Amino acid sequence: MAPRVERRFGMTVDQVRCVGCSACVLACADENGVPEGHTRRWVSEVVRGRFPELTAEVWSDCCQHCDNPPCVSSCPTGASHVEPRTGTTQVHKERCTGCKACVASCPYDARYVHPDGYIDKCTLCLHRLERGERTACEAICPTSAILVGDLDDPSSEISRAVRSRHAKQQKLDGGTRPRFFLLQ
Amino acid sequence: MQVQDYAELSTTRANPHIDPALHIWGWEVPVYLFLGGLVAGLLVLNAYTVLTRRERELPAAARVFPVLGVPLLAVGLGALFLDLEYKLHVFRFYTTFQLSSPMSWGSWILLVVFATGGLAGLSAYVKSGWPLATFVRGLPFVGALERLADRHARGLAAANALLGVALGIYTGILLSGFAARPLWNTGLLGPLFLVSGLSTGAALGALLTRDSGERHTLLRLDLWLMLGEVVLLGLWLLGLLTGGEAARASSGLVLGGPYAAAFWTLVVAVGLAVPILLEVMALRGRWRQTLVAPALVLVGGLSLRFVLVYAGQHLGY
Repeated sequence: MAPRVERRFGMTVDQVRCVGCSACVLACADENGVPEGHTRRWVSEVVRGRFPELTAEVWSDCCQHCDNPPCVSSCPTGASHVEPRTGTTQVHKERCTGCKACVASCPYDARYVHPDGYIDKCTLCLHRLERGERTACEAICPTSAILVGDLDDPSSEISRAVRSRHAKQQKLDGGTRPRFFLLQ
Repeated sequence: MQVQDYAELSTTRANPHIDPALHIWGWEVPVYLFLGGLVAGLLVLNAYTVLTRRERELPAAARVFPVLGVPLLAVGLGALFLDLEYKLHVFRFYTTFQLSSPMSWGSWILLVVFATGGLAGLSAYVKSGWPLATFVRGLPFVGALERLADRHARGLAAANALLGVALGIYTGILLSGFAARPLWNTGLLGPLFLVSGLSTGAALGALLTRDSGERHTLLRLDLWLMLGEVVLLGLWLLGLLTGGEAARASSGLVLGGPYAAAFWTLVVAVGLAVPILLEVMALRGRWRQTLVAPALVLVGGLSLRFVLVYAGQHLGY
């Protein structure tokens, strides 16, 4: 079961607004010192149909900060954990052995092996949230497609967006209960 | 690679060993899973011999199996250690216990197996007359440990039987605990890897023993174990083929996809069909019993782990 948390931070990406410019990807890498050739954030594009009847869908993606994160339950050392004040999924790198059980457990393939040996992923800019700032990806987004906030607070902007828009979650079959929503 | 009805998915993500297909576990993990299963087999067969008082009938199982157990497990753990990306933090497995993590269970099971399997192994080794056995017996505490093992020989055997079964099952559950990897995501991998481990243990024993009666007993046992493995492999495939979309798609990896050649030749033909045929013919007196069958069983056991570990990473859902 999901551990008790004070707040449940989540993210929405508005697919009507997102143009796939990758500014968020670069801002994330810069803010968090993501090593060259690695990425905590990425842009996906799906093209469906047969030419010329095509539809395209684009969105910025990252760790889904699940309510029931398999990376936390599969971690043998407690390095992967749910941060109790924000409910975000984090890694204590001093406890990580680099066994990669969490990487295998993540249906979103949101984790990678940092060249220093520990497992790294999106922190939802925890250091910025703690200072009351917006995440680097949300702050840079030129179309304001990214929204981060407390899903437990019914009056927060993100809660209202998830309630009022068609909000799609990815890969629900694994029981991860992701807190990342695509607004359509 | 994902199983979805996408016409075409492109992504800017290109993390090493994650994209385009997950490949985080190389040769180290299947080698460890193979040796873990093999040692589980050796420990269980040794415990069976002690508990049923058949030491005379099965001399290698009584005296050689326990001596091999811990060193082979240590080699397996060495492979696992090489797989760790942050080797200095290996002690972190033992500063905690994580109830929901199969790998945490496994770390602690291994520690206890090292103690109980090591005790049985030490006691058998100092009595063996092998090189350095007398020297080792003279070392401090060894005499006391040997007396402890001998006084509680049956209790120790019972513990090794239970821990051997736990170790064998754990090598499968290590993979099956990931809902994100449908090829692995079934509890059947536990019994499959256990039975395969027992089978490779019996096969190694048949290769090593000098007693023809024991060899015959081990090979006949191995025949039953291989038949059990065929049933479990069949159920595993049936589960995938009758499962959801992701399970069905992942069955294609071993039935007709990139890992099909290795699966059908090395695991099914070399590891099961040929040795089963050879053993049945030997039992019916139509063929001489040779060491070909047990050697193939070892190849098959190693191949099973390689194919599953590699193929299972290939598809998510």
